[in-house]
Amino acid sequence: MSLDTDSPERARPEPIQAVPVRHPGRWVAVAVIGVLVAMFVHLLVTNEAFNWSFMVDNMFRPPIMAGVRGSIALLVTSMLIGIVLGILLAIMRLSGNPILRGVAWAYTWFFRAVPRLVLAILFGNLGMLWSRIEFGLPFDRQIGALFGVQDFEARLFGFSATDLLTGFVAGMLALGLSEAAYMAEIVRAGIQSVDEGQTEAAQALGMTQGQILRRIVLPQAMRVIVPPTGNETIAMLKDTSLVAFVPVSTELFFQIRAVGSRTFQVFPMLVAATIWYLLLSSVLLVGQYYLERHFARGSGRAGQARARLRGMAVGGGGAAGGAGGV
Amino acid sequence: MTQASVPAQAGVPAQAGAGPMVRAEQVHKSFGSIEVLKGIDLEVRAGEVCCLLGPSGSGKSTFLRCINHLEKINAGRIWVDGDLIGYRERGGKLHEMREKEVAAQRQAIGMVFQRFNLFPHKTALENVTEAPLLVRREKRAEVRDRAVALLERVGLGDKMSNYPSQLSGGQQQRVAIARALAMQPKLMLFDEPTSALDPELVGEVLDVMKDLARDGMTMIVVTHEIGFAREVGDSLVFIDGGVVVEHGNPREVIANPQHDRTKAFLAKVL
Repeated sequence: MSLDTDSPERARPEPIQAVPVRHPGRWVAVAVIGVLVAMFVHLLVTNEAFNWSFMVDNMFRPPIMAGVRGSIALLVTSMLIGIVLGILLAIMRLSGNPILRGVAWAYTWFFRAVPRLVLAILFGNLGMLWSRIEFGLPFDRQIGALFGVQDFEARLFGFSATDLLTGFVAGMLALGLSEAAYMAEIVRAGIQSVDEGQTEAAQALGMTQGQILRRIVLPQAMRVIVPPTGNETIAMLKDTSLVAFVPVSTELFFQIRAVGSRTFQVFPMLVAATIWYLLLSSVLLVGQYYLERHFARGSGRAGQARARLRGMAVGGGGAAGGAGGV
Repeated sequence: MTQASVPAQAGVPAQAGAGPMVRAEQVHKSFGSIEVLKGIDLEVRAGEVCCLLGPSGSGKSTFLRCINHLEKINAGRIWVDGDLIGYRERGGKLHEMREKEVAAQRQAIGMVFQRFNLFPHKTALENVTEAPLLVRREKRAEVRDRAVALLERVGLGDKMSNYPSQLSGGQQQRVAIARALAMQPKLMLFDEPTSALDPELVGEVLDVMKDLARDGMTMIVVTHEIGFAREVGDSLVFIDGGVVVEHGNPREVIANPQHDRTKAFLAKVL
């Protein structure tokens, strides 16, 4: 039977040349969108309130560039705190120790429940609690009083609260600590996405929990962890604008509002802020693309392609096999 | 070729006076309110190939996982090469072992899984070298030579830089066997090693296992391959409902089962 269809006598049929289905709806949509875009462009060009020349003149001025640098520094430091603390919290959350589990849960509960804006202002005002922050024996005064010694102090070193808790540090802590709560959930999801059989196989080889986590589970979890972390980074870039209310002065949004209110050109400067955040987010998007591509490598299809390039390809046709054990 | 550097198996069955390699006494295991193992007794000599047979859900895989403490038993005792597994007995009282001690015990017990469980982010060679390097901190060159020899022995000398996703099921399972052997175990546990394979790939894995058995490796094999049990097995244990129903020479048990449940099971699978 199968021979019949292959027989050379049967001519190859003509390629199909059918009349395609018409899509009149698309043309209507193009017309509507065209009109809307034209209206928008008209608004941008003709409305005096935009004051484009003023915006362009001012959006690259030194204080605003310092603000851009400040925002980026804030982004990098708070994400570092968030990622490191987040991994730690995720491991605590998944550990067999009920106390660590409880602490991680409580931390996540608190920092996910309180809005970042509130946290930022709260941390900015922590200086009201202490004038100095000192390290040493806890409850030293109380212990001294217990033994009848007045004003007993056992302190090693200390800082003035205003030195330590600058606006920048307060903003960094507020954003970083809150980010850690979200990162903990992302890392936890990544760890749990790794097949249980991986842990069992590693256990059977005599590895300890720490070794399994470091060498077997986390590297595989990275593929799940990296994409949402990229999203978190972009979200964090936008959230750095919240610390303008701490207040932090070396920050993009603060600087832009300052220029706006000083010159009574509020709207052009808000447009400048929009453009700046668009620009920086786009840079991060490009970074995210390359990072994801990097972590997809070495595993699954990408790794397969690379190995084939190296000429170590699978000989026969037996190369099938899905993403084994993923 | 480099066969000489392949780990010498603990084999040599005639270790006069030595106790059994595995001894299980009244092993009980429950998952919640369901009792899966209801008192299993078993002895496996050094160099013996012991096949565990039984219907699905009979508890044979669970019992295998108890031997290297992947499952904690609720009652009874298991010894491997004279060492009590998972516990220390002091003054008539059992003390749970620390995680590190359990891990140390597992180093001497290789295990091969139904679903291979190779590490997908590592090449075949890295899968084999990982544990000796990380757990035993052996010298890299030595481990590498041994791993290459092992992969050649299981017929995968040309697939060493491939990732698991680039290997067929049979090839993956052979890498998994090499990975377990790299730790130079005195005992190998096989948990239905051919059940997840396409029929035409079963043979290549069974061949590697036969080769191991000939070499004198002590093996406990949970399997549905009656032919393997008959040809290679030194003993056959039929488990049903969490107890050992029948235990004896595989050829005799298969040809002439004594118990009704064994008869019924063999009638279905043969």
